[in-house]
Amino acid sequence: MSEDLLRIDNLHVAFSTRRGMVEAVRGVTLTVKAGEMLGLVGESGSGKSVTGFATTRLLDAAGRVTGGRILFRGQDVTKLRGDDLRQLQGAAMSMIFQNPRAALNPIRAIGLQIADAILTHKRISKEAARAEALDLLRAVQIRDPEARMNAYPHELSGGMCQRVMIAIAISCNPALLIADEPTTGLDVTTQKVVMDLLADIAAARGMATILITHDLGLAARYCRRIAVMERGRIVEEASPGALFSAPQHAYTRRLVAASPTATSRIEDLVTEEERERYTAVLGKPRPVPAHGTPPLLEVRKLAKRFDQGSAAVADFSMTMSGGESVGLVGESGSGKSTTSRMICRLIDPSEGDIVFDGQSIGHVASRDFHRSPLRKDIQMVFQDPNESLNPRFTAFDCIAHPLTRLDGMRAGEALRKRVEECAERVGLPLDLLPRFPHQLSGGQKARVGIARAIACRPRLLVLDEPTAALDVSVQAVVLQLLDRLRRENDIALLFVSHDLNVVRMLCDRTIVLRNGGIVEQGESRALFDNPKTDYTRKLVEAIPHIETGPKLAAAL
Amino acid sequence: MTGLGATMVRAGRRLLSSLPALFGVLVFTFLLMRVLPGDPAVFFASGPNAGKEEIEQIRKQMGLNKSVPEQLVFYLSDIGHGNLGRSMMTGQPVLKDLRERLPASLELTFAALLLALIAAVPLGVVAALRPGSIVDHGVRLFCALGVCVPTFVSGLLLIYVFYYLLGLAPDPTGRIDVFTSLPPQHTGFLLIDFLLAGDFEGWWTACKQLILPAVSMALFVIAPLARITRASMLVSLGSDFVRTARSVGLSWRKVVVTYALRNAILPVITIAGIVFSTMLGANVLVEKVFSWPGVASYALDALLSSDYAPVQGFVLLMASLFVLVNLVVDICYGIADPRVSIE
Repeated sequence: MSEDLLRIDNLHVAFSTRRGMVEAVRGVTLTVKAGEMLGLVGESGSGKSVTGFATTRLLDAAGRVTGGRILFRGQDVTKLRGDDLRQLQGAAMSMIFQNPRAALNPIRAIGLQIADAILTHKRISKEAARAEALDLLRAVQIRDPEARMNAYPHELSGGMCQRVMIAIAISCNPALLIADEPTTGLDVTTQKVVMDLLADIAAARGMATILITHDLGLAARYCRRIAVMERGRIVEEASPGALFSAPQHAYTRRLVAASPTATSRIEDLVTEEERERYTAVLGKPRPVPAHGTPPLLEVRKLAKRFDQGSAAVADFSMTMSGGESVGLVGESGSGKSTTSRMICRLIDPSEGDIVFDGQSIGHVASRDFHRSPLRKDIQMVFQDPNESLNPRFTAFDCIAHPLTRLDGMRAGEALRKRVEECAERVGLPLDLLPRFPHQLSGGQKARVGIARAIACRPRLLVLDEPTAALDVSVQAVVLQLLDRLRRENDIALLFVSHDLNVVRMLCDRTIVLRNGGIVEQGESRALFDNPKTDYTRKLVEAIPHIETGPKLAAAL
Repeated sequence: MTGLGATMVRAGRRLLSSLPALFGVLVFTFLLMRVLPGDPAVFFASGPNAGKEEIEQIRKQMGLNKSVPEQLVFYLSDIGHGNLGRSMMTGQPVLKDLRERLPASLELTFAALLLALIAAVPLGVVAALRPGSIVDHGVRLFCALGVCVPTFVSGLLLIYVFYYLLGLAPDPTGRIDVFTSLPPQHTGFLLIDFLLAGDFEGWWTACKQLILPAVSMALFVIAPLARITRASMLVSLGSDFVRTARSVGLSWRKVVVTYALRNAILPVITIAGIVFSTMLGANVLVEKVFSWPGVASYALDALLSSDYAPVQGFVLLMASLFVLVNLVVDICYGIADPRVSIE
């Protein structure tokens, strides 16, 4: 017992909402030993972050611990008040957050922010605190730390901000560090660097760490022990190997299966709702385009320069045939989103041409393209399903909007039929159509976004990170849905993503972008199995792998 | 200091870009004054029985017999030479009148804004710290009262209570009582001039005269300032970086003041600039109630007697001040928020 640093006993946390009390955590029991790294994995709403916040006493005003104990070194954290609590926070346990840039004070120099944390817990002079802050910046491997001391968060990259956040969290050598989705939103390569750094620092200072994440692969790579949470409870706790080779709980099995791995195929992703319809489509042979058919899309030497003059995209050429799926991958700033927006004709290219179905559309100004008859043929699915739906439109209105604007349909029976048909095709229950976006779940909103994009029966669908904001199980459903739509309707997919595992599954071909130029392209599996350039290799190696795909498939 | 340099460049650019707007204001007011009914010549003729010739002569003297475009050109060239014309009411150059009266208005407005900020920011912060509490509702009630009572009513009420009933306040008649001699003029701001002269008794007299009008103006603008402080403080308190500050155990003071309030104050700066400009033009009611010799009451009197030059001068002055205030707000913002100056 005494060796447990943290012991959570039957913890219950409830939030008071308009609809009364909602239990977010219902009976979590957990122990963390000194110096160990525990993974707390679950999908959104599973209560993993709430457990973390309850432990560090950072719950919102609406949240309350309604039962159980959190013993830290034998002391019940939930009963601490005032100064006792502040002596614990930061000094004995601290936290790292998702979205590092927002987690830092935007108008205070980072050196001062680190010094603030130090000065709270140590009686030393400001100069000494500054010197310590500088040492911490060195410890988290920030280049040119002297100059960075006076930098503001907006002058640093996301990865740099997370390093500063780590520096703040470890400034007083806490015994327990809780990292809440520390690398979500960072590039894969940055993710690896930051996680490696975090693991090294934790090991060097003997800190126990709880890694809260939705990414099973990430947890498997860095943790000896993983606890899986679902709906406020811990359903399974095991070593990564055991978890992946022989998951005991049904939810864990679903989660493991839905997590894309290096070898998984779309049909392996277990999703009950989509699977049946998907397998039905898989059996049908795809129509082979007749020899000599001109490509659906041809992009020639496309370039985009923004005001400053440096090229965001330069010399980008590609072709796509009907029904083909092409992945566009690269780190943030590689120009993949800019390229996809030019192809969608949402922004104007500086140079080059885009030929769609034999017609040059690169020179039609983007502000006029909505009048082009080809607007219907090129549609887009956006990254954030929450932000990309009009909050005052019902799901029906969202799907009907392109039909009325582009197909000239009027409100009436025909429109209703078309909208319902679209909803049916994306597997959106018809009784959800009168609802507003905030009344839909993330997966349902994603379906509305896709239904809207396919409403006018486009031939090319451009998807900008369509699953980045979704849980893995929902992502699995959406991926199967997209692939089914592609096969059923022969829609070409241009898929922009930073998730290489997803691209590998979904796309026939992949184009790797870096600094606005093409680094490498080719057939997806070959490209990932055998990268030719160092850059692609670095990208591939940075993905946290779960090396149990085939075994698991057999177990199921 | 690249930050300061960038701020200066921004300031210069902002000034330049506001010149067309100022010009537009000039022309627009000029034309507006010509459209308004009333013939100034009739007004300023020696008496109601003045003959046609006399009026005609005044018209000629005033240049009103020329066409409107011609008048405009003369007017613009005069302004180019720094001549705002002569007031028919006071018989003095408008520039001189404005220069004498502007400090009075500015002093009053500055004092009122300062009072309003001193009251509004803590009120907003307190309300934001306990949203939905009795304190929050109290602040809301106070703000609502302040905003729905017109300044001349609150001004008269204040006079009634503090001058008539309690006798605490001096006569509401201008900037200074009749027994005190004016300090040597340096800035035109009595409070500062008295201090410079070392006359603390005089300073106190001027201060007493200033308090009631300043309070009645402040009451009116506390509401927007307090509400915006509360709203932006709520956002700030709920933000990720405040959670970070709490997560490392920073003291309550540090979290609320250094982390939350410093961020929350940014929109308040903007609103304070707007409020200041509005007060400067709209404080005519207070100036009238307290017989304050400011520019606004001067312009109102001129308007009522169709005295073109002072009104045009006043509008130009207000427009320039508005530009200047916005510029100051911009610079303050650039200093307070490091993210702005890099744009």
